[in-house]
Amino acid sequence: MRERVVLAGLLAASLFLAGCGGAESGGSSSGGQASCDLEKPPLFEKGTLTVATDKPAYPPWFKGDPENYGGYEGEVASEVAKRMDLPIKWVVEPFNKSYAPGAKDYDFDINQVTITPERKRVVDFSDGYFDNAQGILVLNGSPDADVKSLSDLKDTKLGAQVGTTALDFVNTTIKPEEQAKVYDSTNDARSALESGQIDAFVTDLVTTVYLRDIEIEDSEVIGQYPGNEEFGMLFEKGNPLVGCVNEVLGEIKKEGTLKDLRDEHLQQFLEVPTLEK
Amino acid sequence: MTTRGTGPASGPEPSTPTGSGRGSRALGNRAVLVSGASTVLFFAAVALVVALAPGSGLVAERFFSPFHLWQSLRGTPSEPSVLGAFLLNVYIFAISEVLILVLALVIAVVRGIPGPAFFPFRMVAIVYTDVFRGVPLILVLYIIGFGVPGLGIGFFSYLSEVTYGIIALVLVYSAYVAEVYRAGIESVHESQNAAARSLGLSRFQALRFVVLPQAIRRVIPPLLNDFIGLQKDTALVSVLGSIEAARAAQIYGASQFNYASYVVAALLFVLITIPLARFTDHLIARDKRRRQAGGLA
Repeated sequence: MRERVVLAGLLAASLFLAGCGGAESGGSSSGGQASCDLEKPPLFEKGTLTVATDKPAYPPWFKGDPENYGGYEGEVASEVAKRMDLPIKWVVEPFNKSYAPGAKDYDFDINQVTITPERKRVVDFSDGYFDNAQGILVLNGSPDADVKSLSDLKDTKLGAQVGTTALDFVNTTIKPEEQAKVYDSTNDARSALESGQIDAFVTDLVTTVYLRDIEIEDSEVIGQYPGNEEFGMLFEKGNPLVGCVNEVLGEIKKEGTLKDLRDEHLQQFLEVPTLEK
Repeated sequence: MTTRGTGPASGPEPSTPTGSGRGSRALGNRAVLVSGASTVLFFAAVALVVALAPGSGLVAERFFSPFHLWQSLRGTPSEPSVLGAFLLNVYIFAISEVLILVLALVIAVVRGIPGPAFFPFRMVAIVYTDVFRGVPLILVLYIIGFGVPGLGIGFFSYLSEVTYGIIALVLVYSAYVAEVYRAGIESVHESQNAAARSLGLSRFQALRFVVLPQAIRRVIPPLLNDFIGLQKDTALVSVLGSIEAARAAQIYGASQFNYASYVVAALLFVLITIPLARFTDHLIARDKRRRQAGGLA
């Protein structure tokens, strides 16, 4: 019996110690962004900008080979690298791992990650590079096809993908009567939509239009709803490189390059009527 | 503890000044001391390594933050409660368990029916266990959960995703459990069956009243072991869209960038597994007592 008491005490003590450490490190790293010298940027690998994204990477965000990604996010990252006068190297980072504790083996992750206050406590984000809206995808002839406002969707069987702000949007803005179904991937949600397990799939607008045009025949996007959210590049908490990337990103925005890239890669996916609340 | 064998003749051992006169009691105390000290040392070393690791603060915050543990357990307006979602795991488990016990017994019995006329039935039972033990559960879930509704055949294509999940679990686990039953049935000596038949019991009666009661008693521990596996595999049903504990944890983790929700889900699974494990131990001990009592009589 005594052994067990001692053991429990030890475990409790170690947890307590670890807990104290957590509070400390959390406090010190939230002190704002450190300055960054563009002449000598602090990089993961010297002389290279190492950029991560998930695999598979979907168009129109990414196109082509992982050695030389095109697509909107691919080219935004390449533009950043070009202006920092660095070659770019792509590595794979699953979304679920992007917020794991410990050092990251890349400079930043670009993977349609929405900037939120909760996430900002754990990682650092660059300034936004895309204003995201949510889109709602249904099959042709669905009773929801002529819906004009979000409130008409309350009694619809909705589906969303895990880890997306679309799920947040469904739960807090649409508030459906039946709990929304949640899928691992766009593919699973698509199967559920096609087999009638759900009536509508809610995800970011660009993905819904892409699915409509390329993947799912006889489907339509009934509308978009402004998300009031931006995608940002994800950095390890306290990485001073954020300052450099933001400086470059500012230039890219000011000179209109970001808008050009957006028009080139995404405009065709954004022309959808806006739903009322 | 190897001290028991050394005895008084082992001179080089400096820490045994007491002669053999004290007997085993002293040795017992010493064993307790040594095991206690080594346990303390071992866990102190582990705790020290964990606590002093450079990233321990970060890991503690990301996995064991009390705030996130509590908030994910309770849920928020935008994230489901892990505890609430866990009720779905319990529901799926409770229903599947009953169905599996029945279906698996049918398969095991069919597989054991003798006679050439029953060959096709035996073959179906064998193919069934081979296929469903071989195919990964997640594939069966996809085929049942997305395939059957896709067929569009009346009633069967319009069930809820939880129902499809239960069907897939029952199909896969019945194959395992049928084999456990079969092992039990084959462990009952053939003479039991022969004796029952010679008393005038029909083949079915012999199976029902003589063979199965002995067989099932023997396989209860491995059966419960399979059910502990089943409890955890209920988490896989989430691929079909329903929000059970592991999925609720994932939703919370992705939105808060914190893994504490996974720890909460893990604790809930452990909490429900421990009673089942102790119950298994209890059954094994009871069975042992009974058999020993029978041996003496």
